[in-house]
Amino acid sequence: MPEALLELQEVEARYGPLVALHGISLKVDEGEVVAVLGANGAGKTTTLRAVSGMVRRSGEIVFAGKRISRSSPEALARLGVAHVPEGRGTLTDLSVRENLRLGAYVRRDRAGVREDEQRILGYFPWLEQRAGQRAGTLSGGEQQMLALARALMLRPRLVLLDEPSLGLAPMVTAEIFRIVGELNEKEGLAVLVVEQNAALAFEASSRAYVLEAGKVAVEGSSDELRRNESVRRSYLGY
Amino acid sequence: MIFAFDWTQLAQQIVIGLASGGVWATLAVALVLIYRSTGVVNFAQGEMAMFSTFIAWSLVNHGLSYWAAFFLTVAISFVAGVAVERVVIRPVESAPVLTVVIVTLGLFFLVNGAARWIWTPEVRSLPNAFSTRPIDVGGVAFSIQDLGNIAVSLAAVGLLWVFYRFTKLGLASRAAAVNPEASRLLGVRVSWMLALGWGLAAAMGAVSGMLTAPALASFDQNLMQPVLLYAFAGAVLGGIDSPLGAVVGTMLLGVLVNLVGTYVDWVGTELQLPVALAVILGVLLIKPTGLFGRESVRRV
Repeated sequence: MPEALLELQEVEARYGPLVALHGISLKVDEGEVVAVLGANGAGKTTTLRAVSGMVRRSGEIVFAGKRISRSSPEALARLGVAHVPEGRGTLTDLSVRENLRLGAYVRRDRAGVREDEQRILGYFPWLEQRAGQRAGTLSGGEQQMLALARALMLRPRLVLLDEPSLGLAPMVTAEIFRIVGELNEKEGLAVLVVEQNAALAFEASSRAYVLEAGKVAVEGSSDELRRNESVRRSYLGY
Repeated sequence: MIFAFDWTQLAQQIVIGLASGGVWATLAVALVLIYRSTGVVNFAQGEMAMFSTFIAWSLVNHGLSYWAAFFLTVAISFVAGVAVERVVIRPVESAPVLTVVIVTLGLFFLVNGAARWIWTPEVRSLPNAFSTRPIDVGGVAFSIQDLGNIAVSLAAVGLLWVFYRFTKLGLASRAAAVNPEASRLLGVRVSWMLALGWGLAAAMGAVSGMLTAPALASFDQNLMQPVLLYAFAGAVLGGIDSPLGAVVGTMLLGVLVNLVGTYVDWVGTELQLPVALAVILGVLLIKPTGLFGRESVRRV
């Protein structure tokens, strides 16, 4: 069996005295889209933050064969993990172009960066006309797409995507998931996506984990989970 | 009764005002740099600049020319600024704003005390960087020193602008100030960007101090205290979070203070500082964001 791209084993995380994750184990293989579902406060966002080192954590986290349980966020970017955080992490006072450039901040291959920029603008053609605009003036949906485009500028091996649908109109959300799907199919991009909208998450992913109170409650292939009686009742509402 | 208004004098006084404003501008930009990244006004900025000026004086005393001492001091100040951030500010990086303010106040007394301990009281002065000879521009005599001070100040601010606007490191520094958490996820070493900002601010302060001292017959450890007040007033006038505002604000203030001092008899040179304080008060009451500042758009 090939080694997973990302593997978490019994990962715990805490905010001060508050324990947010009680031993989570999950994995993402190369070229796979994996969804993490769950109610508010179940630990979805914390799971991503634990991977990139934005929260105090313990347990084993391995990325591309390297132990990263003690790595800082700055180091994770250098390993090729692009984290699109909750709230999109837009650098509001900077221009759209500057936001994109910073996506490739840790890269040294200038030619490759330019090439990637062109390729990425192919997915988000409107970004080109708005390049000089302050990113804070974009709409929520546009900022989410900018955040995704910026993440791609890293030429990441893994994208951590934190609730891309939050606060967005269904059509915009659908467009974002369509682009994620296309990136995965065409370029084999691996994505770990946190999402409250279970229908969307199952649609976009091949496997999924359902979190409850900081633990994995159910896991399996997305098709399986979609048919699972209790998952359906709790998260799909029918 | 008709009397001829002396336009020549007005032009001269405006240039003199711009010259002092320019010198304040470099310190004001230092204040703005720290304010944007750390979120506090560094009350020790003036004292750090004073310390730098004393270093320059020592270098000149050891036989260096003014300009050699100038550039060496800028470099030393940059390194010292970085060190101050690492040692003094870093431990309180995530503490409440008030804590950081109090630390900078402590730094004020620490730096002032250190300067008094190292350099004994005596009459000291820095040589003039420029000739004090007047030059004739269209029938009006200006001092070369004033024009030189304006040029050096603008050059220093301009270089800083180029750094922040056109270099990758400058871009990363701006990102770190806007959204530290998101910047870390992009691989920006936010903590070091803060130190870099302190270094650059200290270097700008050094420029300000080394332009302030030569104009005085002699200077002591209180050299930069009025300059800090003017710089702060100018930065508030321009908008405390705007570097451009700091430059425009201090230049305007320089002209204002000088004209009021020249044309309003009872103000003279003694009451120029209160004029600056009145400006601070007026701006804070009427338009707290200043001329160029803006409330930053942030999602809550």
